[in-house]
Amino acid sequence: MTVSYDNSKTIFEGIKAAGIRSASALPETWLGLLLQRAEDDPDFDLVQVAKEEEAIGIAAGAHFAGTPHVLLMQNHGFLAAINGIVSLAQLYGLPLCMLIAFRGHWGEPYPWHTRGGIVTEEVLRALGIPFEYARDPNQVARQIREAWTFSQSSLSPVALLLTRELMED
Amino acid sequence: MERARCIEMMYPELEEPLVVTIMGAAAQELYNLGHRENFFYLQHAMGLASSVGLGLALHRPAERVIVFDGDGSVMMNLGTFATLARYRPKNLIHIVFDNGSLLSTGGFDSQTTSGITDIAAIARGAGVQEVVSVSDPVAFGEAFVAAMERDDLSVIVAKVSAVGPEVYGMDLQLRENAFRFRRHIQGLDRGVGATP
Repeated sequence: MTVSYDNSKTIFEGIKAAGIRSASALPETWLGLLLQRAEDDPDFDLVQVAKEEEAIGIAAGAHFAGTPHVLLMQNHGFLAAINGIVSLAQLYGLPLCMLIAFRGHWGEPYPWHTRGGIVTEEVLRALGIPFEYARDPNQVARQIREAWTFSQSSLSPVALLLTRELMED
Repeated sequence: MERARCIEMMYPELEEPLVVTIMGAAAQELYNLGHRENFFYLQHAMGLASSVGLGLALHRPAERVIVFDGDGSVMMNLGTFATLARYRPKNLIHIVFDNGSLLSTGGFDSQTTSGITDIAAIARGAGVQEVVSVSDPVAFGEAFVAAMERDDLSVIVAKVSAVGPEVYGMDLQLRENAFRFRRHIQGLDRGVGATP
């Protein structure tokens, strides 16, 4: 398995095309090339956190500041961030545009990813977080833009699940 | 030293800075002095006040940002010190009121009770350069003035007694606070100040 260079580039360009110039993230394999681009881009601010829940706070601060901001994390990081999502973003009506590496699902060879992958969709549903699957590189830029737009209009967290189909070559 | 006294000392200087406070006693004591549009009360999500402050400070470098944190809250997000140190926003002051108690949930001992855990040492170890620990009002006032004048990230650990207000309550809905806080900050762009 190799992480898709082309599609990582397409996703990053999609983020920028949506007018977003700031992200908080915790590195993960599928997001590695994408985060490298974000870090190397002088016009883009990347904050790497120690744990994903911090990113919920940082996203809230960016929202208050009026800066378009996206969150990049693995689904296990999403699971680690739930209290912040519920008791900050949802409680206060703050948007979160989350791009989540959907590990531990169809085709997953690594046992340690599987349980988190199996529960991710049900947890998103339980939390009332709208989500979509990003599978097609020709659609992903539009999906990012739409996720961003919907997070802002609904003042809610929304999630775009980055699938294996998109992230691996 | 009482936290309410520390907040009272700072209050005249809090007309312009963006202030983010944790839940419970700290939020109430600030509110009781008089709400301002530049105050955001994080009434839940324990641990994230400093992360909200970091997000604000990085994206609003021209504004002074002040976070009121507590020992119980910051213990839930110790990684925040490392992230603060890494990005080192020069406009952020992180004040941790350490009362050695989970006061707002019944006064249980916390990890800092009896000095077992040293929050200032944790902040230093995480890489924050300007860290001070104070336990009397004069030292607190001096530390605060120094932090306000400093063009660097500051952490102040203030040892305070485990007492809080007798009555809790705000005439301010959570979302109302968030909407107005954001609107106030957007207003800074237009130079119109607080939205009534």
